Amino acid sequence: MKILCVCGLGQGSSLILRMNVENVLRGMGVQADVEHTDVSSASSTKADYIVTNRELAESLTNASAKIIIVNNYFDVEEIKKALKENLS
Amino acid sequence: MKFLEENIVSLHAKAATPVEAIVQAGSLLQKQGYVSGAYVDAMINSYRKNGPYFVLAPQIALPHARPEDGVYEASVSMVQLAEPVSFGNSANDPVRLVFALGASNSEEHLAVLKKLMDLLSDRKRVESLIAASSYKDIETLIRKGGEEG
Repeated sequence: MKILCVCGLGQGSSLILRMNVENVLRGMGVQADVEHTDVSSASSTKADYIVTNRELAESLTNASAKIIIVNNYFDVEEIKKALKENLS
Repeated sequence: MKFLEENIVSLHAKAATPVEAIVQAGSLLQKQGYVSGAYVDAMINSYRKNGPYFVLAPQIALPHARPEDGVYEASVSMVQLAEPVSFGNSANDPVRLVFALGASNSEEHLAVLKKLMDLLSDRKRVESLIAASSYKDIETLIRKGGEEG
C-alpha cells in the first residue's frame, strides 16, 4: 500500500503530515509506504491513497488514488479517524 | 537552527490581509539573515498560486517556500496577530498565529518541524501562544515542550 502526503510545495506541511500519518499507521499496526510530495507531482505519481487538505484536494481530480481529507495536520486523532474510515 | 527566538517573534502584530501577515513573518527571518528577500517573495507567490492550504490547523498558518528559494538557516518565526485574519481556508480560519518556516534541505529541517509539531499539537499550548503578552510567556511554553518531549 502506498500513501502520498501532499502539500503545495512538498517541503513543509506534507512532511509534517507524513510524520503524523506514519505515527498513526504504526499505532494501527498498518504497513505502508508513505511519501510526501507537491501537488503537481502527486497527480502523476502512482499511489493507493493521497492524504491532503480540502484546498488541495480540489486540484487533484486527475489522480487515480483515493483521496483522504485531513483539516488539522497537527491533530493525530483526526488523522487516525480519517485513515481508519478510508483504508481498506 | 533558529526556533522562535526573541528576535524572530512578534507579538500583538497588526495585519489587514494574509499577504501582510506572511510578509511580517517572513521579514523576521530575513532581517536576521536566515532567509533571502526572494524567499519571502516565494512564500507570497506560493500563497497566490496554491491558495491558503498552509493554514494547517485552526488559527495556525505556516507559510513557507522551497529551500532553493533562499534559505541560509533552518528557522521558524512567529507573528501573533492582535486581530484575527481570514486566509480563505474554510476549515481553519481565522488565523491568529503565523509561523514562517525557513525550509532547508538539512537534517535540521526535520528537527525544526518536529519541534513545531510538538508545540502545535498541544491545543492548550496553542491557546497560550495566542494569549501570550510577552516573550517570557513564549519562552516558558517552548521550554515546557522540551522537558516533556
